[in-house]
Amino acid sequence: MSTTPASAQPENSATVTGPATGTARVKRGMAEMLKGGVIMDVVTAEQAKIAEDAGGVAVMALERVPADIRAEGGVARMSDPDLIDSIVSAVSIPVMAKCRIGHFAEAQVLQAIGVDYVDESEVLTPADEAHHIDKWAFTVPFVCGATNLGEALRRIGEGAAMIRSKGEAGTGNVVEATRHMRGIGAEMRRLSTLRGDELYAAAKELAAPYELVAEVARAGKLPVVLFTAGGIATPADAAMMMQLGAEGVFVGSGIFKSGDPAARAAAIVKATTFYDDADVVAKVSRGLGGAMVGINLDTLSEDQRLAVRGW
Amino acid sequence: MTTETTPVIGVLALQGDVREHLRALETCGVRAVTVRHADDLERVSGLVIPGGESTTMWRLATTFELMEPLRKRIEGGMPAYGSCAGMIMLADRILDGIDGQETIGGIDMTVRRNAFGRQVDSFEADVSFHGLDTPYHAVFIRAPWVERVGEDCEVLASVATGAAAGRIVAVRQGHLLATAFHPELTGDTRVHRYFVELVKEA
Repeated sequence: MSTTPASAQPENSATVTGPATGTARVKRGMAEMLKGGVIMDVVTAEQAKIAEDAGGVAVMALERVPADIRAEGGVARMSDPDLIDSIVSAVSIPVMAKCRIGHFAEAQVLQAIGVDYVDESEVLTPADEAHHIDKWAFTVPFVCGATNLGEALRRIGEGAAMIRSKGEAGTGNVVEATRHMRGIGAEMRRLSTLRGDELYAAAKELAAPYELVAEVARAGKLPVVLFTAGGIATPADAAMMMQLGAEGVFVGSGIFKSGDPAARAAAIVKATTFYDDADVVAKVSRGLGGAMVGINLDTLSEDQRLAVRGW
Repeated sequence: MTTETTPVIGVLALQGDVREHLRALETCGVRAVTVRHADDLERVSGLVIPGGESTTMWRLATTFELMEPLRKRIEGGMPAYGSCAGMIMLADRILDGIDGQETIGGIDMTVRRNAFGRQVDSFEADVSFHGLDTPYHAVFIRAPWVERVGEDCEVLASVATGAAAGRIVAVRQGHLLATAFHPELTGDTRVHRYFVELVKEA
């Protein structure tokens, strides 16, 4: 963590007196404000409006939802700034956008056009096979995907202010998101049972910065907000992820690839708030029309899997 | 409520940074509980409306029939404190809301949503807070500000420096308190203690 600017450390922010932007506290704090909410993938201003009207806490501006990226293939890149602008103008809730893993220049563009959060995302084609973006260098906060605790802590070490499970985007199948949420939870619970002198070896095993490992062991949770993503398609999917410890939900293809997007979006919002109340989840699950068809992951070849991108 | 018993203070738990408010309230020595249903409201003697997304809170509060019970309790004198989105929810009038967006209301003020700009403009800075001895370190996240206040609304804090100098960011009207910033993110519980005193006095 020696590369971490001192001003970016939350515990030091109390010494700041003048107005300071881009501190770890305002970046991480932004994610705290999204908790209990649903962030929805949208590809047009009209979809963004539907998402806002359904009670979404933020939208993810994209050219293609993951299901279409999968279907069409080719290199998937950052969206056209004009498209992002049209979505930013259409809604008053926060707008996120994706850049490729390691593509810091795409991230600079997204910061310059004023998006509220950058998702350094495995859904796009990675631009660097060794390095993720140094996210401390930015004013805009970043969310990154993780399949396990070590990966989450490496991203936080690089400056990610929010973590989401990777899941297997664009499949409408939650099995991978379940694996990631259970895995991250189990590893955090294990850390909290270790003796202090065992945390050094744990940091080595996790390939994560020791300070962050010790912080998780102490607090029993990540130092940033943990959302879930990847394959969420129904209100019950959202409720399950929240019960497994997610603090909020990203829904990608699941809304606008379904029969009645507005109704499904509103239903997933309600199920995310009342995730532990099966009566509410049952009520909002009725009459939504068809869910997205989805893909059985056993039929996906290794090169079609997105969750393995990043490290 | 008598001051002898430990007050029970609710945090509206539809969406937002509920846990941080629960923790701050518990640090102040009160019992803090979540409020998601109208029934929950009957068990609390004060309510915190957290930071989050005001449009989401409004949608959920409307769908789950909480708006009227909330208005009734606040009109009936229940102390309430709103931070950021919570400030918007307690405003009688808002600017830059989405079509049809309603608030609970109670404070005679006009609040502008996302007034300081987008997330890259979010900031932290010291503000002097009326009634506190030393400056309060305030965290503003896509924060609103107060454009106008009515006669009965007391201004507690304004932005000190920068482009937004002079903008009102904390107010009190009787038993209602609102801040554009997030005391629940800083570990400085003085604003929560201020609110707990309002609850104890009510």
